[in-house]
Amino acid sequence: METIPLIEFRNVTKQFGDKTVLDRVNVKIYENQITTIIGKSGTGKSVFLKHIIGLLQPDEGTILFQGKPIDEMKRAEKEEYRKAIAYLFQNNALLDSMTVFGNVALPLQQTTDLSRKEIEHRVLKRLEDLELSESSRKYPSELSGGMQKRVALARALVTDPKIVLFDEPTTGQDPIRKNMILSMITHYRRKFGFTAVLISHDIPDVFFISDRIIVLWKGSVGFQGTYEEAMNLKLPLINEFLRSLEGLQDELTGLLSREAFRVHYTAMLGSAAPAMGLSAAVFSVRLNLVHEALGPLAAVEVLKALGEYTNKRFNSLGGFSARHSRDQILTIFPHTTTNEAKEMVQGFARELQQEAHEGIQNIVEATVGAGKCFDIYIRAGITEIGPADEIERIIEKAEENQEIIATFRCDTGGSA
Amino acid sequence: MTEPGSLQRSNNLSLIFPAIGRWTMLLIGNLGAVAIFFSLSLVHIFRRKQLSEIVKQVFFIGARSSLIVMLVGLFTGMVLGLQLFYTLIRFGSVGALGSAVSLSLIRELGPVLTAIMITARAGSAMAAEIGILRISEQIDALYSMRIDPVRYLISPRIAASIISFPLLTSFFDLVGIVGGYLTGVFLMGANAGSYFYRVQSALTMVDVRGGFIKSLVFAVIVSCICCYQGYFCHMRTDGYGAKAVGLATIAAVVLSCVLILIADYVVTSFLM
Repeated sequence: METIPLIEFRNVTKQFGDKTVLDRVNVKIYENQITTIIGKSGTGKSVFLKHIIGLLQPDEGTILFQGKPIDEMKRAEKEEYRKAIAYLFQNNALLDSMTVFGNVALPLQQTTDLSRKEIEHRVLKRLEDLELSESSRKYPSELSGGMQKRVALARALVTDPKIVLFDEPTTGQDPIRKNMILSMITHYRRKFGFTAVLISHDIPDVFFISDRIIVLWKGSVGFQGTYEEAMNLKLPLINEFLRSLEGLQDELTGLLSREAFRVHYTAMLGSAAPAMGLSAAVFSVRLNLVHEALGPLAAVEVLKALGEYTNKRFNSLGGFSARHSRDQILTIFPHTTTNEAKEMVQGFARELQQEAHEGIQNIVEATVGAGKCFDIYIRAGITEIGPADEIERIIEKAEENQEIIATFRCDTGGSA
Repeated sequence: MTEPGSLQRSNNLSLIFPAIGRWTMLLIGNLGAVAIFFSLSLVHIFRRKQLSEIVKQVFFIGARSSLIVMLVGLFTGMVLGLQLFYTLIRFGSVGALGSAVSLSLIRELGPVLTAIMITARAGSAMAAEIGILRISEQIDALYSMRIDPVRYLISPRIAASIISFPLLTSFFDLVGIVGGYLTGVFLMGANAGSYFYRVQSALTMVDVRGGFIKSLVFAVIVSCICCYQGYFCHMRTDGYGAKAVGLATIAAVVLSCVLILIADYVVTSFLM
């Protein structure tokens, strides 16, 4: 039996004057998934989200929530539906005459019967999660764009909604904060189990965290499906657009983008002699556990450090690397046998442990406090590359050989 | 055969009548929208969690306007005292100064001038503030948080106006009477006892009630028009963004002042 989508658009059309912004759009959004909407400017992405929250009504077509048309819902049902949704506006839409605390507390004060103490507790917790504790008494105009975005995010999440609509949540953020916000979206989704619909162009991270991708193209749905399906798409214009978003470099780590990596790898296979040794290594860190224990910033910092050290160490030796999932880096070693690769990785591990230890220790101490700490393990798996090995196959083989190569260990605390 | 002159007249008429029709339809549409807007706001006044917002607005519209209203009241009363003294002395009726000052203030000048002063001070602020909330999507944000923007933003302002206008009008009247006393009695030498005796004997509850009803009507007009203009500033066709907020504020103040004077005549004619 087919799963009933949480939200479904059936032939939804929206016009503003003579301009058709959404043209018979058919989209399905499933529960507990992260669905990302991408598309050029002016293709109706924000309009799409505003239809879900009810800020805009379709001119034609129907929007269904759990199989039921929204416009046919009774008042109480509609109220329940709206209660389940939170919206993060593109320009944050913070109430500028209120402090950060006031903004985040407002939905709880106005729509719940919670006591003042309970509201204060929840708001302060959310502000702490988003590193805004010190700004709670400030007004939005006193904050940077990035901080305002986090306040808006705190306000959207404070009511523990079931569906959260994120309209470009990472716009205006630096690479670390971008990843932190995306990391938080995945973290909170796992923790609270909400369904996320987001508009974002932060590739590759947004693809790593998304279960489904919807490409809006000239007011219609150009594509909907998984990232892998999107990458194998045979529609030239959309394909070109997706690849243009990815660029050549991973903004956070400085590694190659997946697409650039694929081009490098294909070119190398084409030019390499069959007898030449080719090896690969997969480095990984359990970011989910690091995030759980140390928070989103620490998780992103650890990932960034791993990426930068990989780049620094192996680029000079002719290797090239890219992230293939949020917490996994694949490095190819041309002209290198498996044994040589092992030696290189051991050297890398020593360097990582010596040089990166202090930085990671600082992150840990800043998060859980000095005297306490948290073990972080870096794993690596090395494999030989066969003549016809696809990238996915190389990752599978390397993962089978994974073992711990570096540890940031303390006497107490948890581990990742 | 049709003459060229009559053809021209017929063309002019064919342009004028549709324009009048469109204008009339627009006016009726706007009146309907204001009526619905006001009804919704009125209903929401009695919802939960409104008290604190109403108190805040009473402070802003009422308490913070009191000084300027009393200042205007004082000088209005002083001018009245002076002008009426010189008029009444010609007829040997200086004794009626207290009656003339108090009746003019309580029946007419108090409610009208208070309403105009509050429009200038608080009404313009209401329109501009709500307009900015609208263009910066803060009203949409309230909606997305399940906070009814009409309940949260408009109802407290209308309730606060209904509370504040009569109170400020009474301040205006009292200070105005004192102002009349200062010029009529202190400056010009009219009899002090006679002044207050005439104030007391001339005023009836009918006069006070009339002034009270007027101030209530003006409160509804000013708050409703100012909030409406700000709330729907994004639908203006003559400007967008910050310009729309500016135009909405101008429209709010001008329309409120004109409607105060029109309503004053209508209410007075009903009360007489």
